[in-house]
Amino acid sequence: MSDAAEPNQATEGRAPGHHHWFDADAGPVVRPYAMTRGRTSAATRHRLDLIALVVPEPAADDPGRDQTLSPEHVEIVERCSEQPQSIAELAAGLDLPVGVVRVLVGDLVEDELVHVTRPVPPAELPDVSILREVINGLRAL
Amino acid sequence: MAFGRSSRKKPLVEPVTLKILVAGGFGVGKTTLVGAVSEIRPLRTEEVLSEAGRPVDDLHGVENKTTTTVAMDFGRITLREDLVLYLFGTPGQDRFWFLWDELAQGALGAIVLADTRRLEDSFAAIDYFERRGIPFTVAVNCFEGARRFPAESVRGALDLDPEVELLMCDARDRESVKNVLVAVVQHALVLADRSHAPATT
Repeated sequence: MSDAAEPNQATEGRAPGHHHWFDADAGPVVRPYAMTRGRTSAATRHRLDLIALVVPEPAADDPGRDQTLSPEHVEIVERCSEQPQSIAELAAGLDLPVGVVRVLVGDLVEDELVHVTRPVPPAELPDVSILREVINGLRAL
Repeated sequence: MAFGRSSRKKPLVEPVTLKILVAGGFGVGKTTLVGAVSEIRPLRTEEVLSEAGRPVDDLHGVENKTTTTVAMDFGRITLREDLVLYLFGTPGQDRFWFLWDELAQGALGAIVLADTRRLEDSFAAIDYFERRGIPFTVAVNCFEGARRFPAESVRGALDLDPEVELLMCDARDRESVKNVLVAVVQHALVLADRSHAPATT
């Protein structure tokens, strides 16, 4: 990790300012991509946009019962069942890299437990009426 | 296999999601700006980019790297139940540019946040958005203690196109940031209108 300080300092050095990392500060216990069993890309055809929303399907009523799902899969479904969440929000909420969340969401799409909204078609601008609504919405904030 | 929608639960609203990027040099106030209007505390998300996960056509400056961790701060504004705007602070360092392509894809526009003490930090972002044809507005963050310059001289120093708007703002102030956002979307609207009615320029 780029921000890991003083990598070469000997453990028994105990120089002033030397400190140990505990709990969350020490980094994840499980390497992030272990949760995807080493996969770095999802099975779905489209790369999931950061603002694509994950919406649970009715079949995902009780994801905890599905023994094939990992706890992270279950948590994604649960987080989205109140209100659909974007890929970026899920990554921040689960404290996982975006790439890992993409793979996990891709699994859920495969299993037909969730579907994903496609925000704006790549390389296209949103249409004029939506832009007007955004301006009105911002002014009304 | 198709599943019928369950009628037991209220169907979830699936909002249209849009994004605006906030770019600018390191420490210019991008996260502060996002936080001033976001309904959530700005969230941080990290992407570990590896050789395997890297898009094949975006190699500028990272040819010798195998993995990179980049952090993005973002916020959310629910404009209506069915319309949600996300603001993404772009990673400040130049070497993360390849990530911008993904961030920029489908973005409705961008804010380039500038600090008059370090205007050169904004050149990269301005250049990027100009070349991609992404509508952007320059917002000069008026830091306390920084010398104020007239908008025209800042504009000249940045060599902005006449149609690119330049605003003075306070990245901590919600109303001020709202004005900047409205300016970005208005600029996007002008460009979208023009592309719908092609004219010789």
